[in-house]
Amino acid sequence: MIIEANNITKTYQIGDQVVPVLKGISFAIAPGEFVAITGPSGSGKSTLMHILGALDSLTSGSYSLDGQDISKLSEDELADIRMNKIGFVFQSFNLLPRTSVLRNVMLPLIYAKVPRAERARGVAEALKSADMPEDRWDHRSNELSGGQMQRVAIARALVNNPKLIMADEPTGNLDSKTGDIVLKAFQTLNQRDGRTIVLITHERYVAEHASRIIELRDGMIVRDSLNNNNLHKPLLR
Amino acid sequence: MLLADLFQETSLALTSNKVRSSLTVLGIVIGIASVIAMISIGQGAQKTIESNIQALGSNLLVVTPGSTQGSVRSVVSSGRGSATTLTEADAEAITALELAKSVAPELSGRHQIIARGTNTNTSVIGTTVDYQSVRKINMAEGSFLSDQNNKARTKVAVLGPTTRDDLFGEGASVIGQKIRINKIDFTIIGVTESRGGTGFFNQDDVIFIPLSTAQQFISGSDYVSNIDVEANDQTSMTALQQQITVLLLARHQIKDAAQADFTVVNQADIASAASETTQTFTLLLGAIGGISLLVGGIGIMNMMLTTVTERTREIGLRKAIGAKPREIRIQFLTEAVMLTFLGGLIGTLIGWLASMAIGRFGSLTTDVSLNSILLAFGVSAAIGIIFGYYPASRASRLNPIEALRYE
Repeated sequence: MIIEANNITKTYQIGDQVVPVLKGISFAIAPGEFVAITGPSGSGKSTLMHILGALDSLTSGSYSLDGQDISKLSEDELADIRMNKIGFVFQSFNLLPRTSVLRNVMLPLIYAKVPRAERARGVAEALKSADMPEDRWDHRSNELSGGQMQRVAIARALVNNPKLIMADEPTGNLDSKTGDIVLKAFQTLNQRDGRTIVLITHERYVAEHASRIIELRDGMIVRDSLNNNNLHKPLLR
Repeated sequence: MLLADLFQETSLALTSNKVRSSLTVLGIVIGIASVIAMISIGQGAQKTIESNIQALGSNLLVVTPGSTQGSVRSVVSSGRGSATTLTEADAEAITALELAKSVAPELSGRHQIIARGTNTNTSVIGTTVDYQSVRKINMAEGSFLSDQNNKARTKVAVLGPTTRDDLFGEGASVIGQKIRINKIDFTIIGVTESRGGTGFFNQDDVIFIPLSTAQQFISGSDYVSNIDVEANDQTSMTALQQQITVLLLARHQIKDAAQADFTVVNQADIASAASETTQTFTLLLGAIGGISLLVGGIGIMNMMLTTVTERTREIGLRKAIGAKPREIRIQFLTEAVMLTFLGGLIGTLIGWLASMAIGRFGSLTTDVSLNSILLAFGVSAAIGIIFGYYPASRASRLNPIEALRYE
């Protein structure tokens, strides 16, 4: 299992009030799955994503990523987990402005201390996997269209070959046509390359692109089902 | 993060907002440049004064009449200069001391000098042949006063170059010409080489005549204005100063050293008193420059805080992809230090050029020392670290989730 969540809870303290956000979440994700976590706003899906992405700590329960229990790790150790095992794709792309596509994709390798000579190959592979046209690689990130920016972000998530890709509302800032292209890119990564993907979205339509859908409501899983529409659908390229 | 990457990331970050970076650097440039220029003025003054004092002669002790060594310096003592307590016999007694290499009594006063229709007012020093070695005087032409001159009380004069220029015109040949001091004609036998110095320290505006001649025809007494003593070497100066004091106290029959009617001044004392003054002066000037440096440093902090706020999402992203708090802190600290270091470099260059310009076109002497450059660099790097630390640690403490959500 890539992800094993066991009775995860998360509570926030706001003033005197204790606000429970996650109330006992348990599930497992196997390698090669494409899972959408969905639910209305306030359902706790963002909090869950932060915990799964090793960005936040959990209040109780246990969570292991790639066989390693990470619920008790220090800030620096969590940074290492994020660096080596997880690739993030965000709603607002979060590319470095006025910086080239190549440099943006290279960024995780810089923190991973990959020798400079070995970087170019990894960056090129990642950009190709994300279907980024090669003539754009030297452009600055702010000269790209939204769809291209998100593909650069996907390439950045792929570049250090993570076990898990976490996408947080990756189509939220895109029109539906480019959104479809980006979602197709995720499907390709899953079906062609066997990448494990966790997609967080509040849109039913977006979630339908995954092969398994976990629905949250009020901090609890209300449904965890395979998406038959998408399970063995041959990929159109 | 590799070192090469750190520098690359830093320069990318700084060049992505060139206008702001250069305006911030400007603050440091002005600060460092003013520190360097100000200190160079102070040190230039110090050097001038020191070289003037050195030009007085080396290992020199000067015995002056009157006392300045009362219990409190400001107490009015028998006025130095006007007191007449030292005699030629005192000078001869000092000559007998082993540590004294040579001794030259002086009788000085200011007089109106007349020569071929022109005239000037300058100081006339009556002295002996030893004055030349004590005060390190070189002759430009002719010869200095001789023993024979003193024994025979001949009416001969040696001119300083400034006096020669004033009376006869620049570079004129004056050997054998006559000048009139106190209505008495003197024949010029030599002109000294220039010894430099300006204002109070001008040692070229002077006329030397034999001591005996001065005593007989000008002052009409046996007294001398002061006695110059050259010690054998640097180390014997303090001992010699002591010996002269004991000797003269005995000769003048004074029991209490506090009542001494003379003062023995050590050249080193003069030098240290003068350099103390100029050091204060340098410190003051440096402090003025330091204030602008401080303002520049606050500018750095201001810019870095703005940058951290502006780049909150970027910091969140960097953390999300695996940057540790320490790496974020080092990155922002490096940006601040790079800015101040750049400012220090440009500032040093401008400060150096400015002090050269002041030295060349202004009337001040300037001296840029390696120390002041090193100081400027050290201070600018320190400013980067001090004023960059707070913004950098603020960046490193940002929660990645909140940073990524930041609008």
